[in-house]
Amino acid sequence: MTAIAVAAVAVYLIVLWMALFLFGGRTIDNAFPEALQQTVNALSIGAIYALIALGYTMVYGIIELINFAHGDIFMLGAFMSVVFIGGITGHNEAVTDIPLLIILLLGALLFSMPIIGLLNAGIERAVYRPLRHAPRLAPLITAVGVSFILQNVALTIAGSGDRKAPQIFPLEWQIPVGGAQISILSIFIFLLSMVLMIALQTFVSRTRLGRAMRATAQDQEASALMGVDANQTIALTFMIGGVLAAAAGVVWGLRFGFVRFDLGFNSGLKAFTAAVLGGIGNITGAVLGGFIIGFIENFSAALGYSRWSEFLVFVILTLVLIFRPTGILGQAAGDRA
Amino acid sequence: MTDTSEVLRADKVTKRFGGLIAVNTIDFAIPRHSIVSLIGPNGAGKTTFFNIIAGIYDPTDGRIEFRGETMIAHARRAWLEPILWLAMPGVVAAVTIAASFSGIAQGTVILGIFATVGVLLASLVTGVARGPAYQRFLSRFGIFRSARPNDMVVAGLGRTFQNIRLFQNMTALENVQVGMHSRLHAGWLDALLSTPRARAEELSSRLRAEELLTLVGLEGAGDGLAKNLPYGDQRRLEIARAIASDPVLLLLDEPTAGMNANETAGLTALIGRLRKDLGLTILLIEHDMKVVMGISDRVTVLDHGEKIAEGTPEEIRRDPKVIEAYLGAPAV
Amino acid sequence: MTATTAVPPAAGRFRSPRARLQAYAIRHRSATIVVSMALITVAMIILPQVPPLSLIQRQSSWFDTFANAGVFILLAMGLNVVVGLAGLLDLGYAAFFAIGAYTYAYSNSPFSQQDLPFLPMLVVGAAVAAVFGIALGAPTLRLRGDYLAIMTLGFGEIVPIVFLNLDKWTEGTNGIGGIFRPEPLPIIGEFSALSPFAYYILMVGIVTVAMILLYRMQDSRIGRAWNAIREDELAAAANGINTVTTKLLAFAIGATTAGFAGVFNASKLTIVSPEQFLFAVSFSVLAMVILGGMGNIWGVAAGAFIVYLIQVVVLKGLNSMVEGLGIPVLDKINFVDYQYLLFGLALVFMMLLRPEGLFPSQRRRRELHIADELAGPIDEPGVIGALGEAPGSADEFGEAAGEDVPGRDR
Repeated sequence: MTAIAVAAVAVYLIVLWMALFLFGGRTIDNAFPEALQQTVNALSIGAIYALIALGYTMVYGIIELINFAHGDIFMLGAFMSVVFIGGITGHNEAVTDIPLLIILLLGALLFSMPIIGLLNAGIERAVYRPLRHAPRLAPLITAVGVSFILQNVALTIAGSGDRKAPQIFPLEWQIPVGGAQISILSIFIFLLSMVLMIALQTFVSRTRLGRAMRATAQDQEASALMGVDANQTIALTFMIGGVLAAAAGVVWGLRFGFVRFDLGFNSGLKAFTAAVLGGIGNITGAVLGGFIIGFIENFSAALGYSRWSEFLVFVILTLVLIFRPTGILGQAAGDRA
Repeated sequence: MTDTSEVLRADKVTKRFGGLIAVNTIDFAIPRHSIVSLIGPNGAGKTTFFNIIAGIYDPTDGRIEFRGETMIAHARRAWLEPILWLAMPGVVAAVTIAASFSGIAQGTVILGIFATVGVLLASLVTGVARGPAYQRFLSRFGIFRSARPNDMVVAGLGRTFQNIRLFQNMTALENVQVGMHSRLHAGWLDALLSTPRARAEELSSRLRAEELLTLVGLEGAGDGLAKNLPYGDQRRLEIARAIASDPVLLLLDEPTAGMNANETAGLTALIGRLRKDLGLTILLIEHDMKVVMGISDRVTVLDHGEKIAEGTPEEIRRDPKVIEAYLGAPAV
Repeated sequence: MTATTAVPPAAGRFRSPRARLQAYAIRHRSATIVVSMALITVAMIILPQVPPLSLIQRQSSWFDTFANAGVFILLAMGLNVVVGLAGLLDLGYAAFFAIGAYTYAYSNSPFSQQDLPFLPMLVVGAAVAAVFGIALGAPTLRLRGDYLAIMTLGFGEIVPIVFLNLDKWTEGTNGIGGIFRPEPLPIIGEFSALSPFAYYILMVGIVTVAMILLYRMQDSRIGRAWNAIREDELAAAANGINTVTTKLLAFAIGATTAGFAGVFNASKLTIVSPEQFLFAVSFSVLAMVILGGMGNIWGVAAGAFIVYLIQVVVLKGLNSMVEGLGIPVLDKINFVDYQYLLFGLALVFMMLLRPEGLFPSQRRRRELHIADELAGPIDEPGVIGALGEAPGSADEFGEAAGEDVPGRDR
């Protein structure tokens, strides 16, 4: 599997390189380092989308609800990180002292992740659980309402424009590779995300609670009969989703240097598309989809069409839902009339 | 539709769900005006087979001929369909593009663009709506798409569900009127303009619905909500709804489940009346052997997705394979 | 006499006067609507001339407010068809509003150098919106409710983005301004910023006609089909309803109504720009429908009216009142800024406590509280059919129909 992944990245690199050369007007020599750079960017943005997509897919897998508010959970995670790094510890510029940097990063993660995880689980308990048996429309509308509330809370507190996020990870730390300067931050983001995803995979496949999650996702009634506490399992799912989204939020702030109240709305739609693309309910699928969407967005941005990236993602979502609604890793639903 | 002696014929119908074979190469035929029962242990594939006939599932293999026409089978050349959708607008677009190069007035080109979009929309909507005329059009290109549930109703099929699926919050009368949906003709324009046709049809549909309720023994219960009816009446209401579309074949999925002896007898009598007075052909899934033996002309037995026996009730009662399927092999 | 499918009050010999009135109103819908609207119109002409309304703003400003409220009433009634009657969650409704508005802008502005007559453009704008409704609906209405919601959300996002980015044709952020007002109509008079009376009367007329038409749809065979689809899509299809075309019709009607509203709005505000059609607008209309009472046409109209007044008048009034009183913490709060937050909270609370809305339709109240009823004895036979899956949750007929799945004992 890793071999396939590496091969795919290599293919992307080559395709982008050629595209930059053929359509982007670069010389073939200049195009390569740029392509390399963009590929690394794609990996890090893909990792971010993957982390968010995981939250969508796990919640959908277990209670068949599209948590519209999940993107906003990610946004709040980003804000939490800004609050910790900039507000609480007061560091607003790049930190070059490595031990301090590590402490700050850990601190931001350990501050943001639990809070957001608990918030997500709390929202589930307060708002979705009472509606678990209501007609499908009800929790859906409520989720939209929650999303709206979260956005407006952020809007009220932080205003409507971009707010600066402290980029304490020095952006100048770069490694020269193949003529390009690869930022170590991108590598860090990718590695951190991988660690989290592997941890999730291990948790889901090897622990008792993880098994409970999978069982409840497959058949809620049967697992309840086996003694699995559905409420607890669902709350756990929401918490984990929140934790991952918060991590994505921390990393976003470090990488892009800004947060906004509607960050969740935009990135949420992309991450959701990623989850659907990979196969909704499928954890590996969410990761796969996240990277694919990240790569596609990066490709269009690299060629200068970033304004249309949302449009592009929407088109992809449309095509997936029309032609293969179960996604790449889902089973083909070809037997429906 | 050609008038054959068989209302329905299933030919080697198979249904696979992933690795699981729910229905395995079943041949099955229902003679006109007969009452046929489909029995078998739990999980034998009876309801899946029903659902295939009703158009809910596409079979993995095999086909179902209803009233002489192949209605249900695995899709053939489905990939060609989207190409057809794009063909007409493609032609118009090509003409427009050609026109724009040949120096025709701006206005005509714009007209061409509108025409392309319009034709694209029209073909998209026709394709998605899938009316009978469209299916016939497709067949000219060798494209086959299995009938959907509403197509089967239009073709003359009615069905009830194992777990009663009435419209709980609508009245009994409204439920039956929904059943008549495919036989009524007032469209959205009639509704908007409140044409005489729409109003006359509403009146006559109410009267007809009341007649149907009387037929199944629910006279006067029309204004009550479906969910407030006693269980036995709900089953009868579902039958009234199913026959409201004037079907030729009626599929009843465990119609007497949960009923006591009296209610069962009443319903069995109703089924007999439906065949006698309305000339319906009836396919029954049943677990109550008294009902099966009492009313069926023929019984077909399924087990693990396969047909293991078929014949008159008497023959089935004595068939060792059937006994084994239900009771297990005798200890040696 | 129109036979209707509306649920009449329970039959019985001693009907209360209210029940008798209700039954009469149902049988003579159109007449009831016209009479009620006439009474309301007269009331809304008289009331602004007396306190307390006259203290808040002048009568002509009230006409302006009422006319604007009418736009949202129209939008809410249109979305009601999609969400309340057919049960489809459309999160991008503002897109159709935008399409109607921009269509009129293209036909009546210095930017487009056209000046076409208003009333025909009203129809044309609605028709264009309908076309887009069909274009969006045709491929997506086969999807499950959740996915449909996302698709409509995406569409609602894309349309303003397109209007924003194609600035050569749409003037981008600035929008198209200087839109021509409608030509003067007989009796009603001139349409101008200074005397909004004409707009007010026109809107009253449009809303009345819309109500009559929408009630006709609700009480017809199509309305029954929508109810059936909403309750149990699989059973609806199994009874001969072509669910795709029926849902498409709901979608198209919703889009058409939004188109009407868009044309009117453009001709009144005389400017269209992408910000007028962001998600907040779609959400507001959805909130109006929910708060007013999904499925109940009068209910959502009332809901929209009340919500709009709260937004525009009450919150501003709260601001001035609090300022005047000088309460320490409160006077720093600008209530108008918080309106969307309040909307969101109101929506969530409504869904949790009273999902059928303030003015519920009887039918919806029963449907939405089915979960409470299921808390009773589980093996009560009459309830078997509804157990296990919420009504209307059938996806493309798959799992919902797999009752006898091999290997699973009952």
